[in-house]
Amino acid sequence: MDPVPSREIADMTGDAALPRKNGELVFAEAWQGRIFGMTVAMSHEAGFEWREFQTQLIAEIAHAEREGEPSSYYERWLYAFERLLADKGLVDPTALAERTHDFEAGHRDDVF
Amino acid sequence: MSGAHDEHGHHHREPESVLSLRVRALESLLVEKKLVSSEAVDRIVSAYEQDIGPHNGAKVVARAWVDPAYKQRLLTDGTAAIEELGFGGVDLQVVENKPGVHNLVVCTLCSCYPHALIGLPPVWYKSFEYRSRAVREPREVLREFGVDLPESVEIRIWDSSAELRYLVLPERPAGTEGLSEAQLAELVTRDAMIGVALTRPPASAAR
Repeated sequence: MDPVPSREIADMTGDAALPRKNGELVFAEAWQGRIFGMTVAMSHEAGFEWREFQTQLIAEIAHAEREGEPSSYYERWLYAFERLLADKGLVDPTALAERTHDFEAGHRDDVF
Repeated sequence: MSGAHDEHGHHHREPESVLSLRVRALESLLVEKKLVSSEAVDRIVSAYEQDIGPHNGAKVVARAWVDPAYKQRLLTDGTAAIEELGFGGVDLQVVENKPGVHNLVVCTLCSCYPHALIGLPPVWYKSFEYRSRAVREPREVLREFGVDLPESVEIRIWDSSAELRYLVLPERPAGTEGLSEAQLAELVTRDAMIGVALTRPPASAAR
């Protein structure tokens, strides 16, 4: 059974609104779709409430705007998601940094 | 090692590849902790990509443009005709734009909308302003959407309800005789199926 899109997620407004074209979601790169999917999956699995993530995302966007960072919507989304996972004690930032290094070094290549 | 983890065989801009690796690392950690499965992520991405947009409705419109018998069935019994293409779950009436007649869909009470065909409704569709003005001054509303219809064109308003939803069958644009059904479907926008836009031929649609 395919998941039914949630209006709470699809209908986010203001700065948090999902990038779209002709009403469809736009993922400019494959990783943007992956991070979107992981975040939605985690909210389905009761890892957190969607509004908790949304609050974090809005804060991240506001921070980036204030600092004048040219980062993209989904880059900000990624940092907001990482922060939420760290706050919830679900993913330790150090573990993520190490794992990222493993991928950069080519020691791992096992996910999509 | 350079390019070893570049699955597409070409060079990305550096920041994108760094972000891509970081997202892969994160997915691998979440999967390892059994917090998500990669299959669940696949299903979510495809559900949001497919179901949120107007893909399904566009396929229905393109079929009606290329197959006059299908178009007839669609206008006679929309619910049965969309089931032929595998779409359902909604009682549907399709209303056809033609020379001298333009159709516009609204839900004055709430936000009834043919989700199965055109995804989730845009924010403006649910706004009080659209819901009230579409009925009172449709010509002005259409003008604000960039559709300037001559006074001679009759505008028909269709008020959706929980029982019956409406879909506009836009006019097939001129100069599209050589296009395939799939290419035609790409010209059909969500807004055209609500009635707040016209369907344009490929050259101007590429804007």
